[in-house]
Amino acid sequence: MKLSLGPILYFWSLDDIESFYQNMINEPVDILYLGETVCSKRRSLGFEQWMELAHSLKESCGDSKEVVLSTLSLIEAESELKTLRRHCDNGDFLVEANDMAAVQLLSEKKIPFSIGPTINTYNAQTLAIMHKQGLQRWVMPVELSRQTLSDILRDLDDMGIKDKIETEIFSYGHMPLALSARCFTARAHNLPKDQCDLKCIDYPDGLQVKSQEDQSLFTLNGIQTLSGLRYDLYNELQEMKSMGVDIVRISPRSKQTDKVINAYYQKMNALEESVPYSLAENCNGYWHGEPGMLQSSL
Amino acid sequence: MIELVCPAGNFPALKEAVNNGADAVYIGFKDDTNARHFAGLNFNEKNLPKAIEYAHQKGTKVFVAINTYPQPDGWSRWQKAVDTAADLGVDALIIADIGILDYASNKHPQMSRHLSVQGSATSYESLRYYQQNFGIKRAVLPRVLSVTQVAHLATQSPVELEVFGFGSLCIMAEGRCHLSSYVTGESPNTCGACSPAKSVRWEKTPQGLESRLNDVLIDRYDDDENAGYPTLCKGRFNIGKNTFHVLEEPTSLNTIEILPDLDKIGVKAIKIEGRQRSPAYTQQVTQVWRQAIDSYQADPENYTPQAQWVAALNKVSEGSQTTLGAYSRPWQ
Repeated sequence: MKLSLGPILYFWSLDDIESFYQNMINEPVDILYLGETVCSKRRSLGFEQWMELAHSLKESCGDSKEVVLSTLSLIEAESELKTLRRHCDNGDFLVEANDMAAVQLLSEKKIPFSIGPTINTYNAQTLAIMHKQGLQRWVMPVELSRQTLSDILRDLDDMGIKDKIETEIFSYGHMPLALSARCFTARAHNLPKDQCDLKCIDYPDGLQVKSQEDQSLFTLNGIQTLSGLRYDLYNELQEMKSMGVDIVRISPRSKQTDKVINAYYQKMNALEESVPYSLAENCNGYWHGEPGMLQSSL
Repeated sequence: MIELVCPAGNFPALKEAVNNGADAVYIGFKDDTNARHFAGLNFNEKNLPKAIEYAHQKGTKVFVAINTYPQPDGWSRWQKAVDTAADLGVDALIIADIGILDYASNKHPQMSRHLSVQGSATSYESLRYYQQNFGIKRAVLPRVLSVTQVAHLATQSPVELEVFGFGSLCIMAEGRCHLSSYVTGESPNTCGACSPAKSVRWEKTPQGLESRLNDVLIDRYDDDENAGYPTLCKGRFNIGKNTFHVLEEPTSLNTIEILPDLDKIGVKAIKIEGRQRSPAYTQQVTQVWRQAIDSYQADPENYTPQAQWVAALNKVSEGSQTTLGAYSRPWQ
């Protein structure tokens, strides 16, 4: 089972992005997903700069890490399609499609691709169709349970394609729950979306939303709404391994991502756990077929 | 001619839609195969044939929504829904899931397939995917697009476009929202339910009337405030010290004033939201929109929304307030 680092979901500065990945070079993570997946107005790096970063990471890491380009999750404008086409045609790196427009562009040109958690794949039939079109890897939608995963893997096995599609599970971090045309971070500042002052830059881990009783509910990240609690399948790693999960995804946060990576790496490989690890304040309900926000010990 | 597609949550609502001038009605089965899986709603194999007959006798088309996402343990139920609808001779299937689209296009190639709004296609490249692979005839567009974006999409679209004209407003891209399952365990994609009624609790407290969803406080109302259904995205929450509608205020979508724009863009059909609403709602909204479309078609140059139409629609609107939603983007 491999470890991956999902795309940075929040708006960080160029310096912060570069130093973050510089620090990742020596961490025990196998796959790096690069790119802006939430808002096309965030331009700390343009397409060329993401490509430069991808190449430089590839050069530094050699075969020890795979670099993948992750694409925008909600495509509305022609300008967004234009950037998307450049990603799909990059020629050097696998592309993670996060919208069906990307699946179309890639499958039409018969370019192998992977899909992120915002593509709706709820059954093996859907995966089998996309596999014929070039799908190599999928990230399960976050709201699905281990039971559904187990059923899908069984069905893929029956179809004889289980070993041809890699299964990746979003396992750590605030879960992307919804996308909108509206910008909630701008709304929180009473700003219109087209004059948002790029306020997201002030919230490197998103903006916390709590109920009137101070319960963590959501995390705002521009047009994206994430879970209020962090999803954490630390205790489920061995189970995932035995089910045949290929890749475990950690979603970057501005601090301590390296600690999470190392804790996961040690747990996955049954190494001596040198990092004390706390599950407090985290959730895992979806995995156990319950409301996502719950922490279940089942 | 722009087509009016109206909601029918049950037989009485279907009759109201048909008798008040709907060109098509859309309905669902009594299970989780459709995105309005609510207690007491929808059709079974027994009354569906009668409903279809009723509509067809009066020249109204019947579309069946099979627009949630089957997981492996439910796959055969979705297959059966497709087969039943096709065998009964409905006019189109409204589908979101790729696996089900594939099944329907292979098993019932003669049956028209519409991409559901839950399929979340927001660009013409995405529409091309569904058209090329599953031969969809029409797509219902998510309510996240502005009129300008719909117009651009229409010039490139390989399929007919249907847009929402009136009803409750989803502010998230449909088919890509898990807020409800995060809090309650059930979502539109998995169960055909958003903020399900069984998770709702109302309580009168000294701080005011409280609405809860699976125990999470969604809103608290003073005596002089109108309480709304506790849909998650419409709650009043805290950011720092501020308490406000963090995502959206409860309003309804109403595009009756931009009907001419939608027609000129080339939109083929207007969809009215609200299968979960009463037959009286369907009657009222269908009647007003029929008048609006007829009045526009009789004299496109001089079309103006009548005050009584607007008043009638406002009366049945959520929060008694309507907006153009994303079609105009006042927040942009």
